[in-house]
Amino acid sequence: MKRLLLIACLLSGPAFAQNVLIKNATVHTAGTRGTLKNTDVLVQGGIIRAIGPNLSAPGVTSVDAKGKPLTPGLFAGLGDIGLEEVSAEKSTVDASFSLGEGVTGQMRPEFDVVPAFNANSTLIPIARLEGFTFTALSANAGSSLLGGQGAIMRLNGKFDDPIGSRILFASMGSSADELSGSSRAAQYMLLDQAIREARGLSPYDYKQALLTPAGREALNKFLLGGRTVFHVERASDIRQVLAFAKKNGMRPIIVGGSEAWEVAAQLKADNVIVFVDALQNLPSSFDQIGSRIDNAALLQKAGVRVGLYRSDDSSQNARKVRQTAGNAVSYGLPWEAGLAAITSVPADAFGVGDKVGRIEVGLMADLVLWNGDPLEVNTFAEQVWMNGQAMPMTSRQTELRDRYMSEESGMPRAYQK
Amino acid sequence: MRKSCLIAAMAMLSFSVAVAGKSSKSDNPEQTASVATNPYPSTYQRIGSAPVMIRNATVLTGTGERIDNADVLMRDGKIAGVGKNLDAPDNATLIDGTGKWVTPGIIDDHSHLGVYPSPGVSAHEDGNELTNPTTPNVWAEHSIWPQDPGFAKALAGGVTSMLVLPGSGNLIGGRGVVVKNVYGNSYQSMKFPGAPHSLKMACGENPKRVYGSKGSSPSTRMGNVAGYRSAFIDARGYMKSWDKYNAGGKEKGDEPTQDLRLETLAAVMRGDIKVQIHCYRADEMMLMMDLAKEFNFKISSFHHAVEAYKIAQPLADNGICASMWADWWGFKMEALDGIQENIALVDRKKNSCAIVHSDSAEGIQRLNQEAAKVIARSSALGMNGSPENAMRWLSLNPAKAIGIDNVTGSLEQGKNADVVLWNGTPFSVYAKAEKVYIDGALMFDINNKNLQPVSDFMIGQGVSP
Repeated sequence: MKRLLLIACLLSGPAFAQNVLIKNATVHTAGTRGTLKNTDVLVQGGIIRAIGPNLSAPGVTSVDAKGKPLTPGLFAGLGDIGLEEVSAEKSTVDASFSLGEGVTGQMRPEFDVVPAFNANSTLIPIARLEGFTFTALSANAGSSLLGGQGAIMRLNGKFDDPIGSRILFASMGSSADELSGSSRAAQYMLLDQAIREARGLSPYDYKQALLTPAGREALNKFLLGGRTVFHVERASDIRQVLAFAKKNGMRPIIVGGSEAWEVAAQLKADNVIVFVDALQNLPSSFDQIGSRIDNAALLQKAGVRVGLYRSDDSSQNARKVRQTAGNAVSYGLPWEAGLAAITSVPADAFGVGDKVGRIEVGLMADLVLWNGDPLEVNTFAEQVWMNGQAMPMTSRQTELRDRYMSEESGMPRAYQK
Repeated sequence: MRKSCLIAAMAMLSFSVAVAGKSSKSDNPEQTASVATNPYPSTYQRIGSAPVMIRNATVLTGTGERIDNADVLMRDGKIAGVGKNLDAPDNATLIDGTGKWVTPGIIDDHSHLGVYPSPGVSAHEDGNELTNPTTPNVWAEHSIWPQDPGFAKALAGGVTSMLVLPGSGNLIGGRGVVVKNVYGNSYQSMKFPGAPHSLKMACGENPKRVYGSKGSSPSTRMGNVAGYRSAFIDARGYMKSWDKYNAGGKEKGDEPTQDLRLETLAAVMRGDIKVQIHCYRADEMMLMMDLAKEFNFKISSFHHAVEAYKIAQPLADNGICASMWADWWGFKMEALDGIQENIALVDRKKNSCAIVHSDSAEGIQRLNQEAAKVIARSSALGMNGSPENAMRWLSLNPAKAIGIDNVTGSLEQGKNADVVLWNGTPFSVYAKAEKVYIDGALMFDINNKNLQPVSDFMIGQGVSP
């Protein structure tokens, strides 16, 4: 019996993922082929093997999409799915690392959130059944400008490794003032110092050292081509970050970017991808006075590649990313760019565009079939596949719903499973 | 990311004031000459306007009806007619509504605009008087910064009135006020004439966290309940002494001294102030219903109410509204059981009162989109997902909860002409409010920059709206 179970588990793993032929879909590839009507997608061994009309594959389960939209699995944003269960309960949150109180300047870029990832988190199916199949696990600023490292994790609920390389997270601007002695100017001073240490330009054991030996090694990787997310909002700060990154040979990704539209030309010139929250249109802080509802559209028009994410409640309510894309489109972003902003752009930004983010031959078959426009708020995902495997369209929330949807039986609800 | 902001906000999240069911008489229950009955009166004046006739639109009345190819006539600040082929007065401005939809103005019964304005700087944190767990003496209106840029954004989202509440850090957070979404240099000029005050109370985690962390009471849920009860017991004595005094006769004695805390709670027990309770969990809502019985007051609405679906029937039986989000959940323990069908499951009961609320400067701009999410879920499960039904969650039901349904909240003859013209169905991510009328005056026009208000704060910042 135990052996049978083991075999069943192995069979359900990605290496033995199901094959499936999805027929007659409106395929939004989020890639160079754009949208393909009446098109079939063939998945074998969990990988997309063919895309085209009238495909056939004997013995492969076939699903009739009836012309409905098929998209790549969506990007759930930068957040802490699997790193936190209940935001306000510290015992369930592992997304930041804090040194002792009153420590200013010290950085632990070697802190990596990935080992804390909980594949059994209820947040995973809740996001996935809304069409979200990958997320950027983020290291939030704890007591350091460099929050640490995260990575791209697929939301299949398995104890898989992340895909792609580690990402470094840095916080800049007024939200990080407390981490830099109350001035944002000191952020560059401190990062300069850390970089000198990482490059071996400072003695190892001087008194004000910011990095541990492991931290030097870790940071050095991000000076040699690793990707660094800079969370930054104000136009002048974005310019500073771009210049700083260029000077140090870093590969920046801008996240936040409330005022990014003001420095679109510079972003374009430096070929930097920007993630904005398309619902951010208020001067929520003095770093965001220039917030505009058409930020994403203005950036795209200027030739900047735009990704979309949700800045608030980004873990439990990651599903709101889809709404940000719809709003960006409503305010001028072309629809195809809106879809790309939550599929191929994030995949490319984090260096996993060869695995996820598009419907293309050779990529992982993380796919979503929708009952209507995938960027609309009044539609939903009918079926999600990961590695070609149909994922259960249930979550703790749908189970709670079902318990209370049904008529009372005379026994307490606790007896209703 | 940004979790710290979220949690900080959470401490202040909910507050609400509600007047339940009973008709509201005055802002202040006391009748005596030496006690002011309405010391901060509304000075709101509607903007004058020629009659407006919107022709041939799809009309959602807010009462649950939909009329296709219908006209809406506004005159002298009121709805003068809703129906097919209405006659327009000669001087009426004619608007072609072909292909467009018309709804009542959206009403948010849970907003902190003005009291937690943008930008969110420390100098503007005026929504929670966290110096005592029971502060029925404070009034949110005295904290409103009328220059909050958020009012303009909410207007662009079709919001014409809102209840501005104190936060949820206290057991009893103070009075909330209904305002019209029209900029002015004082809150009095925004104050909704004749609207009752609401009292904001809070269940659960917030008060016990705020005070427990200071080492004072309440630090537990039982401490919370003891706190409400003590406050109402004090107020009961106060109410009796005034009743005795007001009854006159030999026994009346000296005029009791006015007490701002007890005055508010006495007004709640007299039914002059609506009660809005921040409460997430089903068990706590049931408990608060008993508290209301103990002190003979009526609860108008439970706010946030993420577990309202578990007690939809008792809510309907007791005539209590639930003001809910479409999908927020899980940021704290009491929000753990949130489901996306909450609003739909509350709504499906007879005599229910489901409301989509925001509690957010972002959410208030897109309440139509929040309702659209619920429509998708309702339809998928075979419940009523019609737009005409959903419109009630955004207009008439919140109007009821905050005591202004006699004058607004639906497109019915004689009511205030608070009207939104949409570019299509409102229940879409692509929907836009094209024109927003408040008391018959065009206060926002998406195609006319001169009719897009800008707060003083945004002047000279170099940002176009």
